[in-house]
Amino acid sequence: MRIIKLRHENLYPFLEIISKDADLWAPVKRGDKHAYNLVDDFSKIEMNTTRTILPPRKIFLPSNFNMFNISRMDYTEDFSHVKKRILFGIHPCDIHGLLTLDNFFNQAFPDPYYIKARENTLILGLSCWPDEHCFAKSTNTHIIEEGYDLFFTDLKDYFIVWIGSSSGDDLIRRKPELFNENLTDEDIKTYIRWQAERDKAYKWDLNFTAMPDLMELKYNDPLWEKLGSACFSCGSCSCVCPTCSCYNVMDQPSLNREDGKIVRHWDACTLEEYSEVAGGENFRKKKSDRLKLWYTHKLQAYISKYGKPSCVGCGRCIDTCPVDINVRTVGKALLGEEQDVFWARLHKEVTK
Amino acid sequence: MKEENRIITQANPFIPEPARIVRTYHLTEDVKFFQVRIVDMEKALSFRYRAGQFAMISVQGAGEAPFSISSTPSRPGLLEFCIRKAGTVTNALFRLKENDLIGLRGPYGNEFPVDRMKDKDILIVVGGLGAAPLRSVLLYCLDNRDQFRRVSVLHGAKRPAEMIFREEFFALKEREDLECLLAVDDDDTGSWTENIGVVTTLFPKLKEIDPANTYALVCGPPVMYKFVINEFIKLNIPKVQILMTLERRMKCGVGKCGHCAIDYIYTCIDGPVFTYWDVIHMKELI
Repeated sequence: MRIIKLRHENLYPFLEIISKDADLWAPVKRGDKHAYNLVDDFSKIEMNTTRTILPPRKIFLPSNFNMFNISRMDYTEDFSHVKKRILFGIHPCDIHGLLTLDNFFNQAFPDPYYIKARENTLILGLSCWPDEHCFAKSTNTHIIEEGYDLFFTDLKDYFIVWIGSSSGDDLIRRKPELFNENLTDEDIKTYIRWQAERDKAYKWDLNFTAMPDLMELKYNDPLWEKLGSACFSCGSCSCVCPTCSCYNVMDQPSLNREDGKIVRHWDACTLEEYSEVAGGENFRKKKSDRLKLWYTHKLQAYISKYGKPSCVGCGRCIDTCPVDINVRTVGKALLGEEQDVFWARLHKEVTK
Repeated sequence: MKEENRIITQANPFIPEPARIVRTYHLTEDVKFFQVRIVDMEKALSFRYRAGQFAMISVQGAGEAPFSISSTPSRPGLLEFCIRKAGTVTNALFRLKENDLIGLRGPYGNEFPVDRMKDKDILIVVGGLGAAPLRSVLLYCLDNRDQFRRVSVLHGAKRPAEMIFREEFFALKEREDLECLLAVDDDDTGSWTENIGVVTTLFPKLKEIDPANTYALVCGPPVMYKFVINEFIKLNIPKVQILMTLERRMKCGVGKCGHCAIDYIYTCIDGPVFTYWDVIHMKELI
């Protein structure tokens, strides 16, 4: 892999050049949190963020978009959500999330809506520093070897830039003089030190190797009923999860009844009507069953199918769930590490 | 995105093919029969499916839903569906008349393993609308009658008026190369000449079966599976030879929307046909 250096002061000039013919998206401040947004003022880019509120999936598959315009059974594809984009500042865990979605949307019948948006977006990753919720080291998604066009490791005065694709190399060639080709032994030492310290900064971990078996062994465990009784069925966990991709499709007829649109919007398996079929039969009426499905997918399913969990350790569910049902609390509960405080609070919520 | 994942040209798997309703009539008060043909003749003839697969049918403005194909692949050209009026899409379908257009895409899902079922006894247990998917495999077996050994059919409905394909099944009773037993839970006509009772009451009337060489197929309302499978198990039919086809909510049919997920599989890709072993293995199936 070609690896070069970029001094901090050269970042904006570089972004300036490459964003001339593509929309630049990067994390910016949103209240006291952060969100990926279209950027025109580089100074608004937040370089030292942890997770954004929503994962980058929203750029490739917006929460609501039009799939088709129909006129008398004639379907015209609508790819207006696809734009030439550069996504800067995406962390390794989120790139892993995209790789998981890539696998999913490319299998069997490839999904053109995801794939076209993905093909038109360049990924410029950025290193990060964990906070108390991050656990990407447990899912082995704190390091990234593929899935980016460029990756910037921030070593305080300068970035080490890893060139991951031919398109990434083309970006560098727009103004090669901004970069320094000579990576010294001292740089490599600095990088190794940075990596060791960063790895040490993870504050907790979860044994993911144990999860598939535990999901099987504890399928009928009372913990699911306890969790189910506290769950709000709000679907927030699915909105913020980088690897959740379920959607619903709706016809939107126009008043003349001859034309119409078909729109696709995010859905969540934790919502009550998710598995309901016409006639009223609901295959997952109970919240505990719906939660179990969600965690089967995060902790078990992808491990059997793709050899890695679909959880990427970003910590968004920990940040988001109003009653603290998340990969940490569920994972720990599966491991039998009962957290009295958590269960006590759940109990209080339920009996309130 | 990885190089090997990049695609140059891509047919959009979500675009339906216009299909014309050739015939439609009521099978029961709330179930209608639809015979359709894809408008593009070349596509109509090249629409290859296998017994047990399903198609996504759409009515513009109302939406799209999955339906089992009730016709047999051994009679290509026309597709048949047996549809109960239950939701938005089916209500819209019921308003359509012969010659109207619908959208159709597929076929999707797996199939009944007719090759493995060759030279075996076939026992088909139908409950209510379970006739929709099972008619396909039944007609396939009958069209290729010499490939299968004994064929037995048990068909149960709530009341005589609710028996789907009643005439077809009564006609089967006349055939000598298969055993067909019919039952209704409750006879409100006073003129029902067949058995009265749930479908499992027909099992004692079956001639002795050869369990190791029997494939048992079942489809019906969710409540029925447990009781029928119990009968199969009592007959010592191996779990991998007990086959069922399941209903789930689907918005795409191609393994993307997630609604038909069962544990870690998708009904639309890995199903809708499952064995009883799958059911034991994956706790959410029935």
